[in-house]
Amino acid sequence: MTRFLVRRLLLTIPVLLGVATLVFSLIHLVPGDPVQAMLGDSASPQDIADLRGRLGLDKPLWVQYGAFLKGAVRGDLGSSLRTNQTVTSAILERLPATFELAVAAMCVAAAIAIPLGILAAVRAGTRVDYAATTLALVGISVPNFWLGPLLAIVFSIELGWLPVSGRGSAANLVLPALTLGAPLAAVLARMTRASVIEELRELYVLAARAKGVSFARAVLHHAFRNSLIPIVTVFGLQFGAVLTGAVITETIFAWPGVGRLLIQSIAFRDYPLVQGCILLIAVTYVAMNLLTDVAYGLLDPRIRFE
Amino acid sequence: MLRAGAVIVMLGVLAAVVGPFLTHVDPTAQNLALRLAGPSWAHPFGLDELGRDILARVLAGARISFLVGLTVVSVSATVGTLLGTIAGYFGGVVDDAIGRVIDVLLAFPGLLLAIALVAVLGPSLGNVLFALTVIGWVGYARLVRGQVLRAREFEYVQAARALGAPTARILWRHVVPTAIPAVVVQSTLGMAAAIIGEAALSFLGLGVQPPTPSWGTMLNGGRAHLLDAPHLTIFPGLAIAVLVLGFNFLGDGLRDFTDPKLKGKS
Repeated sequence: MTRFLVRRLLLTIPVLLGVATLVFSLIHLVPGDPVQAMLGDSASPQDIADLRGRLGLDKPLWVQYGAFLKGAVRGDLGSSLRTNQTVTSAILERLPATFELAVAAMCVAAAIAIPLGILAAVRAGTRVDYAATTLALVGISVPNFWLGPLLAIVFSIELGWLPVSGRGSAANLVLPALTLGAPLAAVLARMTRASVIEELRELYVLAARAKGVSFARAVLHHAFRNSLIPIVTVFGLQFGAVLTGAVITETIFAWPGVGRLLIQSIAFRDYPLVQGCILLIAVTYVAMNLLTDVAYGLLDPRIRFE
Repeated sequence: MLRAGAVIVMLGVLAAVVGPFLTHVDPTAQNLALRLAGPSWAHPFGLDELGRDILARVLAGARISFLVGLTVVSVSATVGTLLGTIAGYFGGVVDDAIGRVIDVLLAFPGLLLAIALVAVLGPSLGNVLFALTVIGWVGYARLVRGQVLRAREFEYVQAARALGAPTARILWRHVVPTAIPAVVVQSTLGMAAAIIGEAALSFLGLGVQPPTPSWGTMLNGGRAHLLDAPHLTIFPGLAIAVLVLGFNFLGDGLRDFTDPKLKGKS
């Protein structure tokens, strides 16, 4: 197991280096002079020179790259051009909100998808299955930037049940979590259905039934438990979709998380903050994939020896 | 599912091609006196915040969606197939190099890299196409690499090699065709992803810029009028959802058709 862990960790290092390199190069992709773009056309030559010096853009590229990598490792990604707050503290301030939203969305997804997927699997080939499968495909097709406003129209504006924006109470969390969780629920329901169908065909389920185990128990205690490994894997891998979805969901519901911070910093051309947000989201995603892989290795010994 | 998807997509194509000619309404013409007016016989989808006909804009927006989908999918599929074939067939250092690039690009979830690229390059249709292609080719490359790894061991490929056929001919005639069905399925699902991607970027203000009608831009405009004019949000969103559903139905149906063993999976 240790060998598997070490190998998996070592494989992550070049990926993280590549991610950091890409994020570093973002500022150099700005057409024309990035400093001029950040400050606008009315900036004085002195202001431009000052900012260039502050961002280290007056130094050779390899020095800039080295300083960026060193800073990234130490958690020092410079400071926001707009608020002067350090990028790290600005992100850390918003991180709990994004984490709260992501966890709530994943809970919503699991609560919808697992019963739906099991139901579709048990009734495979029937109208119930067809309806559940179609519903899942509709869930994948409805974009969250439409679902969010629709939910707001129905539950906030028409019915007045839930607040339309902001963070604070549990009621504030409902609509953003539903918006973010729905597409994940659709993917997860399809995976649960396929995985449970596969397990239901296994002989051990037949043996359990032959021993007098009830159908519900055979499904829930035998087939479903064994189908959990691929479901958990997909759940972990979908965390990335949740992070990207959070950028849109937080913008719709004015949720004060990292996603909204990213979009706000893009609007203000606050490139150090843009780089920080992108780096954080990508590194979190890589870490989640690593954790999923490790969990998979723990659950299924065959993976460790491959 | 395949048939339902094909019908929806055909209707979408029809709406994009002939729709704007049927309405006889300029999608950019403003009528400020009737701004935010709800659906009526004269304007079935109502009017937006500048008094522009939403039906005309939805039909014109379909053209943008298809333009983005077709461009992104064709360039991504070509680049991905080429690089996936090279990586899978030649292996070694080339495979490693392409594999590392793919790993790094896959470390950015979903649209994040596209958002980052458009954020620095500036919002425009061209940059959206570029950004979606940068993230789009990876899926094709991985898929084709896997297919080619399998195909290069087939006996007829080994026979062609033993007979001295040039590598380019082996790849073109014997190896690449084995990956085509999978690429077609991926392209169909890729159309849905590209359409959603463009709409998402435009919704965030990073994509197609006003007054060009794009479904995402229209949804962005509707955000300020959820309370007084929900039709600004309902119709463009419905158009995206229906078209994307059509491509997803089609993709799923084609996958079941080309590989019946996968039926009901994924």
